Amino acid sequence: MSVLVYTENWDGKFKKLSYELVSYAKTVAALAGGDVTALSIGSVDQDELSTLGNYGASLVLSADAAPSGLDNQVYTSIIAAAMEKCGARILVLAHNNTGKALAPRLSVKLKAGLAAAVIAVPESAGPLVVNKKVYSGKAFAKVEILTDKAILTLSQNSFEICETGGTATVEAFDPDVDVAAAATSIQDVQKQEGKLLLSDADVVISGGRGMKSPDNWAPIEELATLLEGATACSRPVSDEGWRPHSEHTGQTGKIIAPNLYMAFGISGAIQHLAGVSSSKCIVAVNTDKDAPIFEAADYGIVGDALKVLPELISEIRAARAQ
Amino acid sequence: MRILVCISNVPDTTTKVKFSTDLTSFDDSGVQWIINPWDELALTRAMELKEDASNPVSGVSVVSVGSALVEPTLRKTLAIGADDAIRVDANSSDAHYVAAQLAAVAANGDYGAILCGIESSDYNGSAVGGMISEILGIPSVSAVSGLKFAGDKVVLSRDIDGGKEEVSVPAPFVAVVQKGIAREPRIAAMRGIMMARKKPLQVVPAVEAETFTAYKSFAMPEPKAPCRMVDADNVKELVHLLQNEAKVL
Repeated sequence: MSVLVYTENWDGKFKKLSYELVSYAKTVAALAGGDVTALSIGSVDQDELSTLGNYGASLVLSADAAPSGLDNQVYTSIIAAAMEKCGARILVLAHNNTGKALAPRLSVKLKAGLAAAVIAVPESAGPLVVNKKVYSGKAFAKVEILTDKAILTLSQNSFEICETGGTATVEAFDPDVDVAAAATSIQDVQKQEGKLLLSDADVVISGGRGMKSPDNWAPIEELATLLEGATACSRPVSDEGWRPHSEHTGQTGKIIAPNLYMAFGISGAIQHLAGVSSSKCIVAVNTDKDAPIFEAADYGIVGDALKVLPELISEIRAARAQ
Repeated sequence: MRILVCISNVPDTTTKVKFSTDLTSFDDSGVQWIINPWDELALTRAMELKEDASNPVSGVSVVSVGSALVEPTLRKTLAIGADDAIRVDANSSDAHYVAAQLAAVAANGDYGAILCGIESSDYNGSAVGGMISEILGIPSVSAVSGLKFAGDKVVLSRDIDGGKEEVSVPAPFVAVVQKGIAREPRIAAMRGIMMARKKPLQVVPAVEAETFTAYKSFAMPEPKAPCRMVDADNVKELVHLLQNEAKVL
């Protein structure tokens, strides 16, 4: 049972996420008994495409022609055509904005059961049963796919990237899809340049109301820069307009799973914890010793975030200088 | 143009999640049910668009799939300002089955825009909006955080990796919305609650539809080890632990 994995590129380059997806697809294919084909849509260099072989893809289909933006109908048609071409019965996408936009349409088009936000390799391939997050990460569920084909969207940072040393054949893919027929049209693009995206970050430094004012965010940003991480915030902070909504982590904001999540002045409402509890290590600094964040944290300091932050920055610099 | 807002009835977001003893179903004893937070924001934006006379919005309908237990949530949407509500009389946790019911309702009305929250806070499938659009064969735009009318076009803002895009889309379309589409959900005023009692809430039977998935069992995360507390005067110790014990620095 072959597996097709849709690998997104940004400006012609694959991100870590794509390698995680191909590594995952390789393990799924091993379980199901088949090969991995990776599909890339848009212009990507041959050398870049062939790197996918190192993570388990044996064939890379490169569909150069694509609309200028993500048109869900056109992309769905291209991916469905790729499924048919390689005879795959399992499709893997990322559980990000793109995956969430395409997977449901593909589910209907291919008559393939969709398990979204999966966190592990299926425990069986026939029938396909897989573990996923439910209740915004407060619990897990085993979902059985009842259809012949299956679509899985993988929660980010759920699977280790594995380098196989393999090579992939890269093949141009020109499906019979009218790219010019895109119903949606891009009017304007505003790119946030030079800043690490929250969803890509291994380290996330987050602030809550305990930071007292948006004017006090400099040490949060300094620590994030020092640790090559991204900045985040709790819901009241984004609702107050102290920080942009794109930084809100929690049940109704971004759900993240970095290696290190540091929460400063965040009490840890249940909705906030639902969005960050999958982080591998959580550090909390809060003046209230009974704050719920300490129940979710691995390491904690009862103290004023505004005093602890500069000391922490200084100690990390000192430790790194040794 | 009429707008159809799809509503999911979900446990309150502060609910401590519990399951039946055999772990095959959600234990809903003592649970308070609410409008799915993203659907609530979609409804809020739909109301704002209708109330601004410069927009070509003639009415806002809401629809939900579920038993009579969903009706208090639908009444709440009417109290917030929706003109009418439709309940599809069916029970299912499978996204495709639910999407097929919603698509059938959408196909029976003259809706120019169908709004859905990006996910439900219970099953987190992020599936229903996209499925409706594929079943109906109409465009969809996901991760939408802005919706406005510009002349004869509808312009949606959507989040992309590292930025935002403005996308124009012809009607009818499905917008799968997220945070930012409206600032604050609305609270129903007493007048709205009184008026909601007189607004139409139609119950329609389910259509035939396939189920693609089945939930077999549920599990809670492993309990965490207690938090290791470090003295506020000893930040150096925290750095040491993060470097040498957790190995994350």
